[in-house]
Amino acid sequence: MSYTAWILLTASLVGLSCGLIGVFLILRRMAMMADAISHTVLLGIVTAYLVTRELSGIHMLIGAVLAGLLTAVLVQWFHARGVQQEAAIGVVFTSLFAIGVILIATKVGNAHLDIQHALMGEITFVPWNVIELPWIGEFPEATFILLVVLAVVLLVILTFYKEWKITSFDPGLAASIGIPVVFMHYLFMSLVSVTTVAAFDAVGAIMVVAMLITPAASAYLWTDRLSIMLVLSSSFGVISAIVGYLIAVWLDTSISGSMAFATGLVFLFSFLCSPKHGMLSRYIRPVSASDLP
Amino acid sequence: MGMLLSANAQWVLFSTLILGMASGMIGCLAYWKRQSLMSDALSHAALPGVVIGFWLIGTKNMPVMIGGAAISALLGALMIQWIRSSSRIKEDTAMGMILSVFFGLGIMMLTIVNRFAGGNQSGLDSFIFGQAASMVRKDVYTMLVLAAIVILVVSLAFKEWKLFLFDPDFARGLGLSRRLMDGIYLAVLVMVIVIGIQAVGVILMAALLIIPAVSARYWTHSFKWMVILSAIFGGGSGMIGTLISTLGIGWPTGPFIVLASSVLFVVSLVFGVEKGLLTKALQIRLQKRELRYAAASGAKGPQRGGEAG
Repeated sequence: MSYTAWILLTASLVGLSCGLIGVFLILRRMAMMADAISHTVLLGIVTAYLVTRELSGIHMLIGAVLAGLLTAVLVQWFHARGVQQEAAIGVVFTSLFAIGVILIATKVGNAHLDIQHALMGEITFVPWNVIELPWIGEFPEATFILLVVLAVVLLVILTFYKEWKITSFDPGLAASIGIPVVFMHYLFMSLVSVTTVAAFDAVGAIMVVAMLITPAASAYLWTDRLSIMLVLSSSFGVISAIVGYLIAVWLDTSISGSMAFATGLVFLFSFLCSPKHGMLSRYIRPVSASDLP
Repeated sequence: MGMLLSANAQWVLFSTLILGMASGMIGCLAYWKRQSLMSDALSHAALPGVVIGFWLIGTKNMPVMIGGAAISALLGALMIQWIRSSSRIKEDTAMGMILSVFFGLGIMMLTIVNRFAGGNQSGLDSFIFGQAASMVRKDVYTMLVLAAIVILVVSLAFKEWKLFLFDPDFARGLGLSRRLMDGIYLAVLVMVIVIGIQAVGVILMAALLIIPAVSARYWTHSFKWMVILSAIFGGGSGMIGTLISTLGIGWPTGPFIVLASSVLFVVSLVFGVEKGLLTKALQIRLQKRELRYAAASGAKGPQRGGEAG
């Protein structure tokens, strides 16, 4: 496969897995939690690096999941002690992120991990960083990790599809029929952290938020069915990844920045043109009773 | 610590102090408006404006970049408002989208500008994490004036803010325009954010607005004291963080300021007089002992036990 094809494959995988996870983030109203986790994952990665002194995939994944869970637990803990949910998120993620940045600036320094890379990602290096796989041969490490993560995300979503649906739309009902809501919450938070860290190499910590939230929000404007929303959201993710890459090549600029911008374009299009919830349809079609909330 | 001797360094230190105070005060307003994370979205949304401001002038010109940042942050705020009110997207989703898309746009433009411009733009990257030490005297003056305006706005109309936050209906009854207050609040918030970006950076600016206010909440129930304490916490962590970041070469200011305020937060969380963990534990212990006394001494107990709760 050529260099460009690898990059496009990696970017599409990011779009796919982020799009799937994003749907549940939106429905559970935890969009800002994704923002928080994408920041604190940095601390997990830095800590994993300081402990093991190597930047290999599995250590980073474990560190990131721990950091993501720590964020979720801390936010929950502060919230239970009377801090507003929003303020709790704000306190936790900025503090943990600051510690991560300070560790990089003072301890890790010039090594393989720098702040620029962590925030913006460096997808251009992905095809060169290969590992040897049995049967397949050389395969870029980041792409391989993304494939594994996508498989895990798909597996977890499909296995507990009904449970996710109920806990997302009606947590009260879910609890009353015996679905372990708390466990599902933390399982979901782990999925968010894993996806974030897998996408980290490609698009960086901040742009992953765009990939998580915006395609799902766009899909939310087109449909009322969860299954269709999942399909639409992941396709939007892939489309934005590819369009973003093309824009970046055209303007010779940051690939991750362009991808985030492209998700914005997809949303703008949906916001204007979606048949049910779009701006234009409001002028074309008179308001009928079924449109009223 | 030789830096302390130079006059410029003292100015920088003074400006982070007053910036911390201003953001601590506004943070209290944001806390009670339940908009803590709005500041996070707005500070990320300011990045494209900063870069465009730089692009237009070609050098690092503080007033122009502040203007650009303000415009793009306000645009972000309006778009959040618009998306929320005219579609079924919720506010937190809208904030997350605006935050990340604007930031992505900013990074795109920053990359392009960095490629075209010469060595003159070296200060531009520091907008992401803040580098108070790179400020020159003129930047410091700009910051001081803006921060002073913010502090004045909050303290002069203090009674009105209180009404606006806690009893909007009564405020309307008195003839206080809600729209005007909302407008002033947003303007002041954006102002604090854009002046803070220089010192703390776009990513961590939100912390300066959120953490001091939350910490102050542990010490008092009075809004007035909360604002005063929050200003003290903010100013203190601004100064301490700046001092620490001068100890190493190239250490960014923002994270150290945030860490200083997080330490203050943990101290408040444990020792806070009103809602702190230690206070609560002591209260529970006291209550338990009183109950035990009440049980031992018979019927006299209930009045005292009820009082402690």
